[in-house]
Amino acid sequence: MSFSAQEFLAIDLPALLAATLATVSCALVGSFLVLRRQSLMGDAIAHAALPGIVIAFLIAGTRASPAMVLGAAAAGTLATVLIEALRRAARVESQASMGVVFSIMFAAGVLLLEQAAARNIDLDADCVLYGQLEDILWLAPDGFASLLDPSVWMAMPREVVTLAIVCAAVVALIALFYKELKITSFDPGLATTLGINSSAVHYGLMAATALVVVASFEAVGSILVIAMLICPAAAARMFTDRLPSQLFVSATLAALAAIAGYVLAGFGPIWLGAEHSLNAAGMIAVVGGALVGLAIVGSPRHGAIARTIRRRRLSLRIAREDLLGLLYRFEEATDRGEREVGPDQESALRLLVRLAPGASLKLARRAMQCCLRDGSLRLDGGRLVLTEAGRAEARRLVRSHRLWERYLVQELGQRPDHVHRTAMELEHITSPAMQQELAPGPEGPDRDPHDRPIPPGDPSETGKNT
Amino acid sequence: MTGLGHLALAHVHGAARPRGSLTDVGVDLPTLGEVFDVMTLRAGHNAAVVVAGTTMLGIAAGVVGVFALLRRRSLMGDALAHATLPGVAGAFLVAMWIGLDARSMPLLLAGAAVAGVIGAASVQGIVRFSRIREDAAIGIVLSVFFGLGVVMLSYIQRLDGGAQGGLSRFIFGQTAAMSRENALLMAGVAACAVAAALLLFKQFRLVCFDADYARSLGWSVGGIDLLMMALVVLVTVAGLQAVGMLLVVALLIIPPAAARFWTDRLWLMTAASAAIGGLSGHLGASASALAPRLPTGAVIVLAAGVIFLFSMTFAPARGLAPRALRHLKLRAQVGREHALRALYELAEPQGTDEAGATVGDVYGARQWSEGSARSALRGLRSRGLIEMRNGEAALTERGAEAARRVTRNHRLWEEYLVRYADVAPSHVDRSADMVEHALSPELIAELESALREEGRLPRSVHPIGRGGGDAQGGKR
Repeated sequence: MSFSAQEFLAIDLPALLAATLATVSCALVGSFLVLRRQSLMGDAIAHAALPGIVIAFLIAGTRASPAMVLGAAAAGTLATVLIEALRRAARVESQASMGVVFSIMFAAGVLLLEQAAARNIDLDADCVLYGQLEDILWLAPDGFASLLDPSVWMAMPREVVTLAIVCAAVVALIALFYKELKITSFDPGLATTLGINSSAVHYGLMAATALVVVASFEAVGSILVIAMLICPAAAARMFTDRLPSQLFVSATLAALAAIAGYVLAGFGPIWLGAEHSLNAAGMIAVVGGALVGLAIVGSPRHGAIARTIRRRRLSLRIAREDLLGLLYRFEEATDRGEREVGPDQESALRLLVRLAPGASLKLARRAMQCCLRDGSLRLDGGRLVLTEAGRAEARRLVRSHRLWERYLVQELGQRPDHVHRTAMELEHITSPAMQQELAPGPEGPDRDPHDRPIPPGDPSETGKNT
Repeated sequence: MTGLGHLALAHVHGAARPRGSLTDVGVDLPTLGEVFDVMTLRAGHNAAVVVAGTTMLGIAAGVVGVFALLRRRSLMGDALAHATLPGVAGAFLVAMWIGLDARSMPLLLAGAAVAGVIGAASVQGIVRFSRIREDAAIGIVLSVFFGLGVVMLSYIQRLDGGAQGGLSRFIFGQTAAMSRENALLMAGVAACAVAAALLLFKQFRLVCFDADYARSLGWSVGGIDLLMMALVVLVTVAGLQAVGMLLVVALLIIPPAAARFWTDRLWLMTAASAAIGGLSGHLGASASALAPRLPTGAVIVLAAGVIFLFSMTFAPARGLAPRALRHLKLRAQVGREHALRALYELAEPQGTDEAGATVGDVYGARQWSEGSARSALRGLRSRGLIEMRNGEAALTERGAEAARRVTRNHRLWEEYLVRYADVAPSHVDRSADMVEHALSPELIAELESALREEGRLPRSVHPIGRGGGDAQGGKR
């Protein structure tokens, strides 16, 4: 299949427009659903709308009328009311009440559908499930030049027009009720004290969800609706903590998924040498899932890779500081005459593994290399020796450690033989300012509970940092 | 094992019953007896096996669903059911490529089970390794897996026009075309799920009710959760043919939710849920055997829905109607006790229990409407606690005793509030009004002994003076 302007305008452009408008509307509403932990309401509404669609179709007798949208919206809203009623009045657990309501309504819809099919009526479950993205045609334009003619635009397929209106309505509603949505989503208690009616906001959001679900249904099918209500919003959660960027990122990802999914479904198999295209709605959902997967793994702030790197850096830093502290204590022992010389490389590392919680030999070796590189340690005939800079840093660490031990025993009344572990952890997160707070003052004791001297603070250091 | 017993019963029942004369098969559900008659008449042994299998499926779903409900993960089943679609399609493709029979049921169900387990692990993984919450994770797995399945189906459809029709029946379910072997396979898988659930009952119970305690015992809560989900997958896979992947979740949710209305005990709830699930499965398959146009899955779900509505309305333990009734009864009792005390206190200044009081006196004392005073007095009269003399209510002997007890409770409680809760004497009357009816004999005894130690025990026949009296005076 070669690219032709005519085909693109007639088949691909309207489908792309419909898919993008639907996914963006879904993503905007879905962001709030995900934040409020009501993601599955979209699922429930999408299922529960089926009987409404079928009944409206049976009454109106045609697929084109707005009756179907109305019927679906009514059924969807009824479902949200029933779910809330089951939860409150009958005290059914929240996921179960969703499941009870939507599965019964969906079953009723299937039954009705089957009866309708028996009467040879042209409505089948497939169109509700998978959507008919590929069947949306825009026959009016004749080449790109004709796009300048307004009458061509007037002939835009009905589905696209509906979706454009719904998308605009969603954007307008969010802009209008931004404050209410934000406060009730993050702090329902505060919302109540501010006089915002949380349950009105809840039902408003549910109505908007029903509207989006229903409008998107016909064009893109229920799977895509559920996927797009949740996936872009969940992926955006991995990237940002702020509501405006949450909305922006999720809408962008949704549009990306729509375009990428459509292109992959339509042209992917052909690039691979197959003859036919695949289901576009399903492919868009798959791309949405892939985006979530990528976000979980690769997001710079909350992603798995970033978190792993941060964790490894932290443990390396701690191992490095523990190594410096260890060598400082060796020097002390040597000064007191308990030891002749500093430790050789291997025994220092083995000791570090034994004494520091969570350090492996590999980590210890990396910590040592780190110290040698930044010049806090040097090798002297196979022995590790602190440099001047390394000694200053180690003194600071040991001072923090012993100040904490003193504090824990004297101020908090802990037993001297219990404080080492705690001090071991706290010494790594003690800022110079905190160290000053901990210091007992000039007339206070200069020994820790184990009768080791607390190394003096470095006046230039503390001065610099406070 | 109730499930296998039922299976055997269905066989015997199906074979032994004489033929019925029901020829007109409507959409209306016939009674159970008629269902069996019709089945032996029309489809014989095969249909009986299908019905037994569906019943077994309902029982299995009922048992497994209880734990999903208590773990507050009911909709997990929905995600896992949707997640089986790519498994079915994948198994079909693989079988076709390596030249096996692509429609072999065990193969397709094995593919479904693999995909379901991957789905379960994905939900757990997303929750564990990201900041995405469980509800969103369930929705992601549900829609993305199903979308993948749809893409694969669209590929299969192009590949071989006829073959895909066989696969899409898994979406809505269809028992009409089910063979005896497939029904037995379904029943076998379901029976395995029940057996495993009963074997792991203790572990599941503890994880459902107190996951932290289970963790402190050294159990792997994540592992037990995964096992639980694996059982959900088993039930789902068993239900694919009969109910379809869109509705099998209903069998996992509705029976346990209905059983919850009947009892608070886990064993009973599990049994009730199994019974409700089994009954729904039975009804659905029978109806489908009667009228092939009735989609089995939908009928099963609607049958379960009817049972749910009935349970929600009438179940004695937590049903709506019994709860409302209990509430009304309690209110009436509270009203009667207040009226008794009003009568007692109206007669108190005269130092006799015999003096009468008009309705007006009573509602004046309680600041009630005339109607509630009348209905309270009516209740007292029908219980023989008061008698009416010339339009005046007077306590009978039993009534006087009851009134003394009620008044005593009230004043004990007032004393207690003033003494121990530091409530101002003018404020205790209302609180005592609210709580006095709930005082158990043990609590009363405790209050009495506490006050006796202080030497402040209110006399039982004639009331204490200062504390209670002042409060009463203030109110009147």
